[in-house]
Amino acid sequence: MAFQSNLEVAAIQRVNDFVVKFANVNGSGSASANALFAKSILRMGIPASSRNIFPSNIQGLPTWYEVRISKSGHLGRRGGVDMMVAMNPETWDEDLAEIEPGGYLFYDSTKPLPPSKFRDDINVIGAPLTAICNSEYTDARQRQLFKNIIYLGALSALLNIDVAAIEKLIGEQFRGKDTLIKPNLHALHLGRDWALAEHDCPIGLRLERADKVGDRIFMNGNDAAALGCVFGGATVAAWYPITPSSSLAEAFAAHCNRYRRDPDTKKKRYAIIQAEDELASIGIVIGAAWNGARAFTATAGPGISLMQEFIGLAYFAEIPAVIFDVQRGSPSTGMPTRTQQADILSCAYASHGDTKHVLLFPEDPRESFTFAAEALDLADRLQTPVFVMLDLDIGMNDWLVEPLEWDESRRYDRGKVMTAEELGAGIEFGRYLDVDGDGIPFRTLPGTHPTRGAFFTRGTSKDRYARYSEEGPDYVDNMQRLLHKFETAKRLVPRPVKRAAREPTAFGALYFGSTAAAMSEALEALENRGIHIDTMRIRAFPFHDDILDFVTGHEKIFVVEQNRDAQLRTLLMNEGDLDPARLVPILHYDGTPITARFIVKAIADMLAVVTLAPLKKALP
Amino acid sequence: MTYIAKPRLHHPKLPTNALGYTRRDYEGAVSTLCAGCGHDSISAAIIQACFELSLEPHRIAKLSGIGCSSKTPTYFLGKSHGFNSVHGRMPSVLTGANLANRELIYLGISGDGDSASIGLGQFAHCIRRAVNMVYIVENNGVYGLTKGQFSATADKGSKARRGAVNTDSPIDLVALALQLGASFVARSFSGDKAQLVPLIKGAIEHRGAAFIDVVSPCVAFNNNPESTKSFDYVRAHNEAVNRLDVIIGRDEITADYAPGTVETVIQHDGSALRLRKLALDYDPYDRISALTYLQQRHAAGEVVTGLLFVEPDSGDMHEFLDTVETPLNRLGEAELCPGPEILARFNAAHR
Repeated sequence: MAFQSNLEVAAIQRVNDFVVKFANVNGSGSASANALFAKSILRMGIPASSRNIFPSNIQGLPTWYEVRISKSGHLGRRGGVDMMVAMNPETWDEDLAEIEPGGYLFYDSTKPLPPSKFRDDINVIGAPLTAICNSEYTDARQRQLFKNIIYLGALSALLNIDVAAIEKLIGEQFRGKDTLIKPNLHALHLGRDWALAEHDCPIGLRLERADKVGDRIFMNGNDAAALGCVFGGATVAAWYPITPSSSLAEAFAAHCNRYRRDPDTKKKRYAIIQAEDELASIGIVIGAAWNGARAFTATAGPGISLMQEFIGLAYFAEIPAVIFDVQRGSPSTGMPTRTQQADILSCAYASHGDTKHVLLFPEDPRESFTFAAEALDLADRLQTPVFVMLDLDIGMNDWLVEPLEWDESRRYDRGKVMTAEELGAGIEFGRYLDVDGDGIPFRTLPGTHPTRGAFFTRGTSKDRYARYSEEGPDYVDNMQRLLHKFETAKRLVPRPVKRAAREPTAFGALYFGSTAAAMSEALEALENRGIHIDTMRIRAFPFHDDILDFVTGHEKIFVVEQNRDAQLRTLLMNEGDLDPARLVPILHYDGTPITARFIVKAIADMLAVVTLAPLKKALP
Repeated sequence: MTYIAKPRLHHPKLPTNALGYTRRDYEGAVSTLCAGCGHDSISAAIIQACFELSLEPHRIAKLSGIGCSSKTPTYFLGKSHGFNSVHGRMPSVLTGANLANRELIYLGISGDGDSASIGLGQFAHCIRRAVNMVYIVENNGVYGLTKGQFSATADKGSKARRGAVNTDSPIDLVALALQLGASFVARSFSGDKAQLVPLIKGAIEHRGAAFIDVVSPCVAFNNNPESTKSFDYVRAHNEAVNRLDVIIGRDEITADYAPGTVETVIQHDGSALRLRKLALDYDPYDRISALTYLQQRHAAGEVVTGLLFVEPDSGDMHEFLDTVETPLNRLGEAELCPGPEILARFNAAHR
């Protein structure tokens, strides 16, 4: 007989606001059942987000799927788990430890476990999943796969999920493979019927239909960024497989195959090269962009390291390039399947010598879409590499976001490209001549005009007419213009998003990228504790003047980021000439997405120090 | 190195080609390489080939890596766009450029260090991809710009000017190109313009990856008698398997050869390659026997030159990728952007 729950435990009672975590073994087919769980909640009109925490492995290692359900719309990780669906004996102890006091444990009770394996401050629900499977199915693979659907069925009763929503999703998922629908529905009801018969349903955690989802969509950032490249006019993509960016390139191929075939000939209006390495990927992008095609590559930290020399060439020779860096745990191979924001400095100053690059920081899949298209425009306008800094959390997890939008009247900004007509009319062309005072020169594309506009592109120093020169003044003139161009970039990149606290405050917080999701919940929690903080979400580097004004307008600024070395803070100090004491780092870098609770605790602890410490004493 | 413009004036009676251009219209800046450098002869051969083919200079893009050879694109085709990229990485840049605009002619200029040492990977992969290009390696077996280190093509036992002996096995780029699927493979000698110019012409007219390895002695660091990349060694051991004439539509066929020794091959673009056989047993249409022949002769200390392999109707990267005929860099919003209606459908599918 299974271990039963301790009835004395105060069970958590919560509607549409809790965290369910699934502990599985990878390769066991749990992903699709878990995704059905999250989607069915969205179909009930309740905001939810999901995060895969998975190993760099194909089969047999632990993997987790965490679903945050939040009627208030907080879609980051909260921290803590209200219900653990513990399907992996290997991680049993750590999974159990994560459950909140009064929370719930759901597990497969077929094989009895000694009481010592449980906690007495949680509610235990043992379901004989293997026993049900063994009596129902003879095939080993079926026993494994349907076990996942059976626990989904049990959870639907325990948590009061609308079973019709799950049934509809199963129908959609197996559309075209109709023979699979019936057995899946059967398994779903096996689990559901067991729970209804054996338990009081629903338990303290439960769902009630709401209307908080609206027309929002559920998608991942790599897919969205790839679609942004299709809409933004990218025609050449070159890439080398690397987690967590591979699915971006693969999604681009899938979208192009669908939307980018010539309607008559069916031929491709795009070219994708899976290159031999990242050096070739970026080389192909640079060659294509030099020749007037919009081109991009997608990679992760190690790929950025390999591309360094070429990135410097593109900066110095002024060639557009769009690079998606889907950041993961670093350095070295680090944690390939875990998330971080740890490539900020290596991208901002990529390559040897004096370089600075434009970085965009999307907060979610929706901004990944818009920033992808934006990056293609910016790269052409500024004739320089532009990095779109995703991370694994944004890139590979499904997020609930507002629908993607595209303005029909939008035109691509192809930047300053001198045409054959302009050259023919005798307009002066100097490849590195700043004719408009914005630091951005005109370029010409190969093959434009029979006698005018040809120039030699090189990584060596040159004069304003692209002639080789080792003269100091020519070199300095060019480097100063590049700086001036970077100033121009400030006006063109996405502006930061400011949010004022309810009450005037001396404290501010800066954050960027995927941290945004947890930040909204953290700020609400802090405000409920009477801690007021103005915030600014940074969306791009170079930093807009608003960001520096925001810093100087507050006594203390918390800089929240997901890396060890406070890289954004360093960049702020360096570029804004800011006092380091004013910028307080809040750092989360264990490879899991940052949680609201982590931010709340870190800031609250910090503020306790600040308020207790004498004014002149520096912070620890 | 300086960028010196040559005087634009030229003799009024200089011959012109079908486009009315003189040879001067295909020249570049004055070379700053060492006097007598084999590379300058190759530049001259490129100029001659483009002139004779009556190419529009601006429809050619010339790309290179880093090194003495990679400097040479400055010295020819001054009206063409050029790109001196990073060391060993010309092939990827050229591949990207070709993807963006399939209509231009792409000349990739590289050296033995650039292609066989640092850039061996990129060399191999752009050949594999059948990029439509002319890839010329100016091969002297030595690093010139950094003053005389051996490169990966130096023959084992070959002696440098200061007496150092190369103990590593050489990489034969011609053998590699054959193995990797290049559809036009030749070797020549910078000192043999009569052989080299037609090979370059044939390579330009060829569709697909055309590779020419040109042994080009380094007068400063590797022209001593014990070097297998010296003028004397190559002259003494040069074994040409054939002589090539390239005939494009407008040329008259004037050559007169002994019967049975000449073959005419029509390439994809209609140009004719007229091959005069010197080694009667050599078959330039058989990749495998070409490889065997090369390696046997190399073992005997010979440098086999000529058109070593050609597949006249080969495809290229664009054909394999199935891209549209219009160059990708000419497509605009109408052809590229799916528009808001498609996006609305996409959104609906993600709820």
